[in-house]
Amino acid sequence: MQVPILKMNDVLIVTLGNEITDEEAIRIKQDILVKIQDTGCEGLLLDISVVDLIDSFMGRVLNEIAEMARLMGCRTAISGMSPQVAITMIELGLKLEGVYTALTVERGFDWLRNT
Amino acid sequence: MQETIQIHNETDAIVARQRGRDMARRLGFSVVDQTRIAISISELARNMILYADHGEVLICEIRDPQGEVGLEVQVVDNGPGIADLEQAMSDGFSTSNGLGMGLPGTKRLMDDFVVETAPGSGTKITIRKWLHARYM
Repeated sequence: MQVPILKMNDVLIVTLGNEITDEEAIRIKQDILVKIQDTGCEGLLLDISVVDLIDSFMGRVLNEIAEMARLMGCRTAISGMSPQVAITMIELGLKLEGVYTALTVERGFDWLRNT
Repeated sequence: MQETIQIHNETDAIVARQRGRDMARRLGFSVVDQTRIAISISELARNMILYADHGEVLICEIRDPQGEVGLEVQVVDNGPGIADLEQAMSDGFSTSNGLGMGLPGTKRLMDDFVVETAPGSGTKITIRKWLHARYM
């Protein structure tokens, strides 16, 4: 499954789908980092509003994407986490540290554009 | 209702967690409990692949003596077993470069959590979620 990476006003926008396999997650990570370099975008918005589960593997991938993007000079915002994903991540013991989170794509986009 | 899923790789783990979520939905569990069950299956199946290479996940509907409905998952392998269970159950401990939250995290997500293991004789982890809140 190819995940499109959109560019809008110097922000890259990626909508993560449901039930992404491990291989797809690793490929998305690499594709995003290459796209950051190619476009020179300094903001990355990961929308997870349709993601119905973040386990320890997916949590690690999200942390890695944000940290790798940061090393390259690009800020990351994650938008749209559902209540069930937030509850189960915390109960499991997962953390998303150093990543800005936003209720909606619009708010995440505004934060990346305006701060 | 009962299902058995053979686990050989991470894609099988994703299939198993989808089946668990589907059965939880059919039994009437809330979306949050469906997610607790699915993420627990995901973590335990991933652990199994990491430590025992392969095994199986059994998912079934259960009832207690009072007729209360629950969902039970057994994650069974013939791997090396867990030598120090107390250590494996502590947050942040991992012998394999994992994240070390699989067992203690799963215990927090479920109502019942039972590990049967011995060095050299595999591991069987049984987890349960009961439909009604008096078990919480």
